[in-house]
Amino acid sequence: MSDAPKEIMFAQACNMAMAKAMADDPKVILMGEDIADEQGGGVFKVTAGLSAQFGTDRVRSTPISEQAIVGAAVGSALVGYKPVAEIMLMNFITVAMDQIVNHAAKLRFMSGGQTSVPLTIRTTTGAGTGLGGQHSDMLEAWLAHVPGLKVVAASNPCDAYGLLYSSIMDPNPVIFIENTPTYFTKGPAPAPDHVVPLGVASVPREGSDISLITYSRGVAACHAVAEKLAGEGISCEVVDLRTIAPFDEKTVLKSVAKTKAAVVVHEAVKNFGTGAEISSRIHEELFSELKAPVGRVGSGYAPVPFSPTIEKAWMFSEDDIEREIRKILG
Amino acid sequence: MDDHQRSKALSDTQMADKDVLIDIFTRADLIMQSDIKFRKMIGAGQLQIVYYPVRGQEVVSSAMMAAINQEDYLVTIYRGLHDQLAKGIPSKELWAEFAGKMAGTCKGKGGPMHITHPETGVMVTTGIVGSGIPIANGLGLASQLDKDGKVTVCCFGDGATNIGAFHEGLNMAQVWKLPVIFLCQNNLYSEHTPMAFATSSETIKQRGDGLGMRSVRVNGNDASEMYAAAKEAVEYARAGNGPTLIEAMTFRFHGHLLGDTGHYIPEAEMEQALKDDPMPILRQQLLDIQVSEADIAAIEAKNKAIIDEAAQFALDAPYPPGDEYRIDVLDVEIAA
Repeated sequence: MSDAPKEIMFAQACNMAMAKAMADDPKVILMGEDIADEQGGGVFKVTAGLSAQFGTDRVRSTPISEQAIVGAAVGSALVGYKPVAEIMLMNFITVAMDQIVNHAAKLRFMSGGQTSVPLTIRTTTGAGTGLGGQHSDMLEAWLAHVPGLKVVAASNPCDAYGLLYSSIMDPNPVIFIENTPTYFTKGPAPAPDHVVPLGVASVPREGSDISLITYSRGVAACHAVAEKLAGEGISCEVVDLRTIAPFDEKTVLKSVAKTKAAVVVHEAVKNFGTGAEISSRIHEELFSELKAPVGRVGSGYAPVPFSPTIEKAWMFSEDDIEREIRKILG
Repeated sequence: MDDHQRSKALSDTQMADKDVLIDIFTRADLIMQSDIKFRKMIGAGQLQIVYYPVRGQEVVSSAMMAAINQEDYLVTIYRGLHDQLAKGIPSKELWAEFAGKMAGTCKGKGGPMHITHPETGVMVTTGIVGSGIPIANGLGLASQLDKDGKVTVCCFGDGATNIGAFHEGLNMAQVWKLPVIFLCQNNLYSEHTPMAFATSSETIKQRGDGLGMRSVRVNGNDASEMYAAAKEAVEYARAGNGPTLIEAMTFRFHGHLLGDTGHYIPEAEMEQALKDDPMPILRQQLLDIQVSEADIAAIEAKNKAIIDEAAQFALDAPYPPGDEYRIDVLDVEIAA
């Protein structure tokens, strides 16, 4: 593989992970709207070439029927398949919530472990592209609240490859959240056998003054702020959760026990977001050691706005992160 | 139904084989007796569960399941006791699950609305109206890809045809020609609401027709007619032709759930339905084709013994330990 590219895009990484999973296991099948090559290989081309390689029996374009897509994935998963359902945009997951919440998440439990649902739902989202209120929401907190579901969000192509492969092979239902605005951002390419286990966070930047706990696009924003503040002698540690549910509490607590300060950063609306849970868990375990209460950065309490001026004002930003860090470190 | 009507009904449809009718009766009687026993025990306070009676719908599922094999799949709904018994779930495990016991099919973690028993092909019982339909497609898709020759039977009521999942699911099944039999047990009431009040089409069959699916409407309470329709749909699916929607006309002799008096069902309608009770009719049909009273009584006695044993087993069996809630959420146990 000496001619393999040194850098690849996020979307390519997802494509490669699915190709590897399909090659490794004949029970891996894909379904979703427009995903086969004849229909364009997906609206963002993430599945491009896969139907040519594996056939349209295994890479199936579907009607625009989100609950039928997830239902078909649930049913085939019950009898030995490892389906990957693409729900084009995260907002469309709302149409399939019954299948996800009442069935995918619960059938293992309600059957007393007689059946299981090893399905992966890939979906993409993210604000900042002027798509307005119904094509950009980050809804991970809804899903993380449901016992029985795993929720994963990668921040770079290499992790996307390793995490998506693990998600597909995981015996539990996994929601794999991709980020539309950074689909075509490049990063180091993974080795073909690169795997990232679910439930394990990474610490891509070590620091001593404060822990920035984040995932998905928040990681790049935290890196940028950390870089800027390093010039002033403020040392930030960045923790990339990678798996939101169940989150790697051990790594988070270890980091905060060291820095004694933390900000949780995400693009999703701050109110009742995943940041509240993570912040609370830190307080429960490390309250007396903290220099200040854990801070939270998220987007505003409003639907994702359309006009760029409002969207920018609404969205979480590097400025917000920096302000929160300065507030905490006083 | 008087004798004249009965003989006319028999001549109108092709009579099923004697053995098939005995098989259907054996399943249906087990269902009827189980339903009666459940209602009695709940009424006496021996079981504290929400129960959705199935009296009146025994023949539909018995004839359907008599037309498929144990390894074929079933997806059903909260009013599912008749489907589950007809499909062959052992009574002891089923009763124990209804009672919330560790020896139940699902270790007491599913309960009456969520029965699963893969050994007999019962893959999902859902408490969400219409939701089984998209899942049945997935089972059918697996069979289609595996070329294993299995069919999936998906049971639901007339009320489910007013929810989006029905339309999405049937459309996809038809587009993909999946080996799924959609069995709409039309008992004319969605919960408390009569069909005409909430359903725009005159029949459910019309909805299948509109989706381009092979669709039939039969008297589900007539064992031979129901069996013939089931058999045909199964052969059609196994041959790779795709799904069938069967609208099986039937009736529910009790309220939506036990305790609901069914006051919204007009007296005359209920009276007629009881007169058309499929169970005495089927029993008489057996006598008509020279099955002896003694043989029928033996079937009934055997069913009664099975049920009595299962009910006692369910009462005596221990509840699951509380910690069981941490198991089967994910593939690994959740830490306390």
